[in-house]
Amino acid sequence: MTARKYLVLLAVAIFASCGDVFLARGMRDFGAVSSANWRSLFTALLNPWIIGGIVLLILFFSSYLTALSWADLTYVTPATALSYVIMAALGKMFLHESVTPSHWLGIALITVGVGVVASGPSRTSGGHPARHGHRPPREFDLRRGSRSES
Amino acid sequence: MSHGYVWAGIAAIVVTATAGDVMQSHAMKQLGDLGDMRAARGLGYVVRHVASNGWFLLGLLFMALAFFSLLITLSWGQVSVVGPASASLTFIGNAAAARIFLKEQVDGRRWLAACFVAGGVAFLAR
Repeated sequence: MTARKYLVLLAVAIFASCGDVFLARGMRDFGAVSSANWRSLFTALLNPWIIGGIVLLILFFSSYLTALSWADLTYVTPATALSYVIMAALGKMFLHESVTPSHWLGIALITVGVGVVASGPSRTSGGHPARHGHRPPREFDLRRGSRSES
Repeated sequence: MSHGYVWAGIAAIVVTATAGDVMQSHAMKQLGDLGDMRAARGLGYVVRHVASNGWFLLGLLFMALAFFSLLITLSWGQVSVVGPASASLTFIGNAAAARIFLKEQVDGRRWLAACFVAGGVAFLAR
């Protein structure tokens, strides 16, 4: 695992938690959605917090897919669970939500789980495209020095 | 709504979310390292390459099904039950499905991590 890959995992956790906090902050401007005022959901799409949240969640999805391209699913999902911890911290700091003893226990368990999986290998299954019967993408050829621009 | 409906809804969320994650993971393993691909061919190439992968698109469909299953189940049961149960069971479902379908070596360390995180999410979402 390189530093860049750890940064991608950190980006997954940060973008996911910040995206959810932005969406939660934005939805506070509109109150509870019910069948009587469901149209307010469309108005919410113009809210700067909601727009920011959507942008952050797009960045989350991009970094999540990048992580899955070089690491196992059973490595990425626990390793990026720090997003739940970050979300609790941001909720307390910016949305003034309470963090109960039950929450702290949850945070401790998640932190231990992340530490356990992050200390192991990131890839255990075959991931090279050739193993799936597909032609390797051209960047693999480029890395080997056989530049084919076909 | 009865407990049976709520737990059937939670099962639907877990199955569709797990299927979506497994399909996305399979698609990304087929494509190779996206960071290397972006460095070699540019972001536009990566986006076109990812968006034309069948497993990726099918995974997206299942993620959408998981989202709507969550919305429907939330209308049947309490969020304090549906949220933690579906999130933590999805971690366990991912570990089992990755072992079966993606042939990942889910050893004791990964099961332990999945269980710790699943328990932590359950406590955090209370």
